[in-house]
Amino acid sequence: MPKRVSLFVTCIVDQLFPKVGMAMAEVLERLGYKVDFPENQTCCGQPAFNSGYREEARTIARHFLRTFEASELIVVPSGSCTSMVTHHFGELFHKEPETLARVHALEQRVYEFSTFLTSVAGVDDVGARLNEVVTFHDGCHALRELGIKSAPRRLLANVRGLELREMLPAEECCGFGGTFSVKFAELSGAMARTKIEAIERTGATSVVSLDPSCLMQIQGALSRAGSPIRTIHLAEVLASR
Amino acid sequence: MSTEFQSKIHETLGDARLQLAIYTATGRLKDKRTENVADDVLPDYQELRTQANALKKHAIDNLDHYLEEFEHNVEAHGGKVVYCKDANDVADFVLGLAKERGSKLIVKSKSMTTEEIDLNERLEHHGLEAVETDLGEYILQLAHEKPYHIVAPALHKTRYDVAELFTRELKVPEETVPEKQTAIARAVLREKFLAADIGISGANFLVADSGAVVIVENEGNARLTTSAPKIHIAVAGIEKIVPRAQDLATFLKLLARSATGQLLSVYTSFLSGPKRPGEVDGPDEFYVVLLDNGRTKLLPDRAKRQSLYCIRCGACLNTCPVYRKIGGHSFPWVYSGPIGAILTPQFMGVSHEPGLPFASSLCGACGEVCPVKIDIPKILLELRSDVKKSETREKLNRLEKLSFRVFAWLMTHPRMFEFAGRMGAAIAPSGDGKWIRSVPAPMSVGPVAAWLSQRDLPPPPTKSFREMWRQR
Repeated sequence: MPKRVSLFVTCIVDQLFPKVGMAMAEVLERLGYKVDFPENQTCCGQPAFNSGYREEARTIARHFLRTFEASELIVVPSGSCTSMVTHHFGELFHKEPETLARVHALEQRVYEFSTFLTSVAGVDDVGARLNEVVTFHDGCHALRELGIKSAPRRLLANVRGLELREMLPAEECCGFGGTFSVKFAELSGAMARTKIEAIERTGATSVVSLDPSCLMQIQGALSRAGSPIRTIHLAEVLASR
Repeated sequence: MSTEFQSKIHETLGDARLQLAIYTATGRLKDKRTENVADDVLPDYQELRTQANALKKHAIDNLDHYLEEFEHNVEAHGGKVVYCKDANDVADFVLGLAKERGSKLIVKSKSMTTEEIDLNERLEHHGLEAVETDLGEYILQLAHEKPYHIVAPALHKTRYDVAELFTRELKVPEETVPEKQTAIARAVLREKFLAADIGISGANFLVADSGAVVIVENEGNARLTTSAPKIHIAVAGIEKIVPRAQDLATFLKLLARSATGQLLSVYTSFLSGPKRPGEVDGPDEFYVVLLDNGRTKLLPDRAKRQSLYCIRCGACLNTCPVYRKIGGHSFPWVYSGPIGAILTPQFMGVSHEPGLPFASSLCGACGEVCPVKIDIPKILLELRSDVKKSETREKLNRLEKLSFRVFAWLMTHPRMFEFAGRMGAAIAPSGDGKWIRSVPAPMSVGPVAAWLSQRDLPPPPTKSFREMWRQR
């Protein structure tokens, strides 16, 4: 019997980048997983948490728990949203031992997409093909909170026709930062432009990332600058053939 | 957020010369650090960080014990420890001592702690001359500016700025070669060292088991400050304590590497007490001022207490993409960068600059480079929550509070969330599949306007994911 996975597509993919979710489902199904989408899902609550509204974040986190508690494995097309669940839900419930126990039981089953593929499914090659020169942007929460560095690169290395060129500096933030991007818009925009310079220096025609919010920031700034470089989510790269 | 904070950020971002200066200087420090903590250069770097964190934790958790031990040992060597509650206490002590000894001229070596309490201004106000002898600090004193950076105070000044400043203030011909500029400053400062009555230094570490004040520096001015004048006063925050001299083996390996990427700074001085009988060098009188100035306020909070572990290396500033854009003077207090963003609200209160903990993309680079493993992003998040609690009490920012209530409600009512999303997509311009550059005026408000001021918006998809999923 095929293994079941539940998608948590995140609010941003659901509302703005649905193709990323579809691509992720396609790759998982291709690998033989039975994919479901718990309809009650909404958001991980990070916007409220990062803005200092912990009570509101707790409310949303409780909803997440209820929605996904029955799921065996949960896959997320975002390092940042994954980290909210696996690294920050615990902080929200440190005064509620029972909820905390539920959080700890759940967080072990929540995986960022590239980590799921390489560590759970055990594949580095999903049989994708994309003729393109790309550079990879490390989302900060994926990189520093989840320690994801090699998984997406191993997956990209096995995409036929694809050339990966690392940017320098590689690990600098794109300046998104959730509500930071609008609270400190000018600063966030300046950070994005510095990122874009690093992207342009690689000569790549696309920027790949496993975080849709970074891609929204980067694409928004690229588009504003009139650059032909496009952004593409890792799931979409891996779904191409 | 205060308009002052906003406008300083705006001004710095708009100054192309300054942008380049900050980015280049921090970039150099950042790269040298990376090079010298690399696996092949310092294989036990991560273990050292863990050890440094544990040592600091132990010292701060047992601060009372180690401060007493330190005091006991300083006095055994003939020095004196003076406990000061705040800036006034320190100024009163120095002024009182200067009056008693008839002192007029004070030389100072670099100390963020004395910057924190505006010591120079207070002393000058009472007719004393206090001269900074660190080159960067001296430049800033001439320019009447506060440090731009914890370690490199004049990081924002180019050699051309310095040339102009020296010509104006010291009446010397314009000189743009850094080595020659240093010689100009040295000529002035040597005379000051020889004539000074008191030397005031900071301290990098206070060693409890040996009663020593440890100072690391590159210019040798701290060594002169602490040994040439008859009186040496070291001013240090109480958190500078480390239990044992052997702990320095850990901290000294980390400090210079994290700060400037040097393996060790040029001078490391261990100062314990005044000149002993028969010794040629050293002061006749040795005082250590132990300053609280709000530090004990941080102790009750077990999570945020770790802010006191900081050894002021400045690595978090150099690596911070925000500091590298907005520079040091945008920050509301002397401590800038990520460490400033967590220290300032805790020392001065969260309402001092409520926007400060929010001026971060939470990228986590600061926590990654911190040699004593302070979890700066986590503390920023806690401070954000503290700011919102205080705003709720003061009935401030109610519209934002309301929007997050609505947000939480929507996110717990999936059908309403879906409906709201479709409504949003319906009224948004379609952009014909292209990214959107502008929206009609009534929609161009708040976060949408802020986003569009810098970037384009994604066009709304024709269907949300959940619709596509249902229909597939």
